[in-house]
Amino acid sequence: MIIRFTSGKELLACCEGRGAIWEVMLLRECQKSGRTRQEIFDEMAESLEIMKRGVERGLKGGLRSMGGLVGDSARKAWLHSEAEPLCGRSMFRAVAASMAVVELNACMGRIVAAPTAGASGILPGTLLTTAQEQGWPDERVVEGLFTAGAIGFLIARNATVAGADGGCQAETGSAAAMAAAALVEMAGGTPRQALHAAATALKNVMGLVCDPVAGLVESPCVKRNALGAANAMVSADLALAGVESIIPFDEVVDAMRRVGAKLPSELRETALGGIATTPTGREIAARLQKTPEP
Amino acid sequence: MNQTADLSVFDIIGPRMIGPSSSHTAGAARLAQVAGKIAGPDITEVVFTLYGSFSHTSQGHGSDRALVAGILGMGPDDERLRNSFSIARQQGLRFSFEVSDEETPNANTVRIRTMNRAGRSCSVTGVSVGGGAILITEINGVAVELAGEYPTVILEYMDKPGIIAAVSTALAQERINIAFMRVFRHGKGRKAFMVIETDQLLPPGLTDHIKSVDRDIAQVLLIQEEVQS
Repeated sequence: MIIRFTSGKELLACCEGRGAIWEVMLLRECQKSGRTRQEIFDEMAESLEIMKRGVERGLKGGLRSMGGLVGDSARKAWLHSEAEPLCGRSMFRAVAASMAVVELNACMGRIVAAPTAGASGILPGTLLTTAQEQGWPDERVVEGLFTAGAIGFLIARNATVAGADGGCQAETGSAAAMAAAALVEMAGGTPRQALHAAATALKNVMGLVCDPVAGLVESPCVKRNALGAANAMVSADLALAGVESIIPFDEVVDAMRRVGAKLPSELRETALGGIATTPTGREIAARLQKTPEP
Repeated sequence: MNQTADLSVFDIIGPRMIGPSSSHTAGAARLAQVAGKIAGPDITEVVFTLYGSFSHTSQGHGSDRALVAGILGMGPDDERLRNSFSIARQQGLRFSFEVSDEETPNANTVRIRTMNRAGRSCSVTGVSVGGGAILITEINGVAVELAGEYPTVILEYMDKPGIIAAVSTALAQERINIAFMRVFRHGKGRKAFMVIETDQLLPPGLTDHIKSVDRDIAQVLLIQEEVQS
């Protein structure tokens, strides 16, 4: 039978009798591409390797970003995670690892967009550190990436994952929703719980604007990835605890789309509003402006 | 990402790329990579003209390094991308950038003009449309549309009756299915381009096969992702 779903509701129907979201997404990809299950799984496993190397490199620190605003904060956060952080070691490791990848991205390192480059830290940061803490094998992390892919597909299809279209809620919000759902399935939760986790994560940052200082993927992007990681962890644990999202996933996605469409263009990646236009933000932008505008 | 109805899982968890921006870095590398393939080997000089948001943010997003990397044949996920300027100098490739405030229909547009060792020039214009995806909009003065997402055959020929039939017959003989096919021309009986996007990878012998079907076919180019080992 052809796997076809365009909403969370339809996705849950596809899961009936087939199993987890990741199974359904893998099957859909087989049918779409005509490739074997193993080929597709292996391609995703290769992306996981890039993610792993990204976390390792970013945590070493000493990087220099294009604008020079970031490059060493993940290393500091990781060191602090060894020293009894207030929010707990597992949580803060996920935060640090997420910052590592997006910092590497800012420094022209190699990353896997998930779903975008600016939000690329959240998925690898949360999945890899949690898998390590819990002793989960790599295969389970790859499965989690397929769960995340299904959630990201639904958001991209029914709303947007681009900051230029929907603000930061669409980027780090979507990444957190994807990671939350993946964590739930990796921890043995049901597809229904995974969707509740994704809905919660998206609701938590509804309306978050995209306001990059000097237009660079640096500030506040690195810290928004840190928050996105925490958002994903909290939302996953809430769902696993049996706390459901009052508003269903599909309706939350549509609300995010509507909120994004209402955001003025100044707050959608143009660097013309929000923290980009604070006195300090403007000062940094002026300093980095090497070539005058024509 | 406009065609969201049929997205692959690897459109969401991907692309694999060098940061920081899928549109300004990965898209730029891909545009120049395709332009380089269209221009052919032995490029000695390249001039990039940047329009729209490319012209404002090219340094901060590394678009300039990504463009040079693409001309050198590097893909968007090549770790050498950030050192492309020094690699170009080592290989004797001259490169320069111009900024234009001319209005273009699309935000991230770049025109790439190349010169090869034999003194032959080539012009390709393209747009980074977001998420690392691209659209080539002009080749040597002829308006085209080419996304480079499928294995693609580009033919340059003199417009005349029968060429399309001859070329599609050649593809059928190679058991290559045509997914999309479009022709673009300067005018009736003048220089024209045929862009054929296919479902199958293109064998290296295809160029000679297509060239042999009609002597008015000046050039055949194959654009496809390098087969991954």
